[in-house]
Amino acid sequence: MEELLNIDATEAARLVRERETTAEALTALVLEHAGKTEPRVGAYLRLDVDGALEQARAVDAGKVSGPLAGVPVAIKDNIHVKGQPTTCASRILQGFTAPYDATVVQRLRQAGAVIVGKTNLDEFAMGSSCENSALQQTHNPWDVSRVPGGSSGGSAACVAARSAFISLGSDTGGSIRLPASFCGLVGYKPSYGRVSRYGVVAFASSLDQIGPFTRTVRDAALSLKVMAGRDPMDSTTPEREVPDYPALLKDHLKGKRVGVVRSYLDEMPNREVAGAVQRAIDHMQALGASIVDVELPHAEYGIAVYYVVASAEASSNLSRFDGVRYGLRKPADNLLGMYEQSRGEGFGSEVKRRIMLGTYALSAGHYEEFYGRAGKVRTLIKRDFDSAFEKCDLIAGPCAPFPAFKAGEKSDPLSMYLCDVFTIPASLAGLCALSLPVGFDAAGLPIGMHLQAAAYDDAGLLSAAHALEGVLKPEVDRVPAIA
Amino acid sequence: MDEQTVRHVAKLARLKLSDAEIARFAGEMSAITGYIAQLAKADVAHVEATVHPVADRNLWRADEVQPSFKREEAAANAPESEQSFFKVPPVIE
Repeated sequence: MEELLNIDATEAARLVRERETTAEALTALVLEHAGKTEPRVGAYLRLDVDGALEQARAVDAGKVSGPLAGVPVAIKDNIHVKGQPTTCASRILQGFTAPYDATVVQRLRQAGAVIVGKTNLDEFAMGSSCENSALQQTHNPWDVSRVPGGSSGGSAACVAARSAFISLGSDTGGSIRLPASFCGLVGYKPSYGRVSRYGVVAFASSLDQIGPFTRTVRDAALSLKVMAGRDPMDSTTPEREVPDYPALLKDHLKGKRVGVVRSYLDEMPNREVAGAVQRAIDHMQALGASIVDVELPHAEYGIAVYYVVASAEASSNLSRFDGVRYGLRKPADNLLGMYEQSRGEGFGSEVKRRIMLGTYALSAGHYEEFYGRAGKVRTLIKRDFDSAFEKCDLIAGPCAPFPAFKAGEKSDPLSMYLCDVFTIPASLAGLCALSLPVGFDAAGLPIGMHLQAAAYDDAGLLSAAHALEGVLKPEVDRVPAIA
Repeated sequence: MDEQTVRHVAKLARLKLSDAEIARFAGEMSAITGYIAQLAKADVAHVEATVHPVADRNLWRADEVQPSFKREEAAANAPESEQSFFKVPPVIE
């Protein structure tokens, strides 16, 4: 039975469907395994043991069926699961119980998935290491002295530790892709608008997307097929057809043009990361792709644009946490005092820093210099991608400048922000992008490749990643010792 | 960014900060806005701002009443409520 922990979700669903195992047995196995790994990993904020087993029994009784029937799935704790707390890993949501399921959770349930628990994150998804959680520390399953990456660190860590087959994260500037690369997983950020955000606590609305962490590309394709599509509750989801992503996966790259920004690899200080990514690019060529040089001259402004735009949107979105309708309230003798005390005590340092930065960027006298200018540079970044995608179908490069770093290593906010240098531009342009495991460094830490495609070419992106995954399998098929 | 500016912005953002936080944020936010200042180098003449990354238009629901939460459900998470109203400290003297 133990060996079932290492299969992927597609295979797990098949075993349940063909009655080679039961949803209840599979769920019990994952819960028991989580009991062993959690004391050292700390991925989950809460496991819903009784609820999960009940959902699994409903699958076995034939009450629920679908492409993910019986598959244990974990949810980042900024996404609502009805009847359970949503904490956003913040003290300010103390006592909050979600009154409804997020659309993605509803769709996972309809597909038969078993929701096993809620995972840790950087508070309000603001961070790159998961260390900004106000509730607990999550450790990287490959080396527990290191961070899992952020902000969706718990979601990455539980799938890497084999304590869930799939997890959901949210990605605003790299919050799925960075932890996926640190934990050796496929981390998928869909095109902007492809997946409904109804029921995710908004951080930066022009950037936020929900996506899966999986151990294979076909699992990412299956998850996307289940979750994607129009939702009347999210006005940014278009009436576009949802392709059958798993059926469109190919095992070659013939006719594909892969763009590479040469300077990203040539100037990368970490040569092990550069080497692993270059080898993966060589594999793509061997699979039939042609490699072309592309330039993204304005991508270097990505982090600066992001910290203005995302912080400005966050300062507005987070104004709803004021101690009136939900969460923490600190008593004061007038309304203003109550707002200021509740927010001052409820939010952690990084969240306050971003609210302050965003408020400043939108304030009288600074608006044009910061928010106005950032929006224009965002246009230039987007145009760079438009020109690049005239020459290529995909852009390949490193996902992060380095593998997972030690907990406590990056204490300065700005140095933490720089982790997302490669992932942010795709978010600003609304592209689809993923992290794919392509190797390990000498210390045994996973290295991820960043693959990006034009908005709504999710099928092409997943297909290319699947082909590459096929030839890399012998090199990257490892399980962390802790699991 | 000086401490006076930090105090002003904290007031706009409805955040109570300690003196220690104000001093720390002044330093950190100076470093961050200093980094952001590189945007001045980009040539943005005749460039329109992007506020929404994909050209698709928002698709609004029809403005029709739909089944919704009961008042008690909507108020269930409130730190203080009375008869399913949200209770707040006095606004006027």
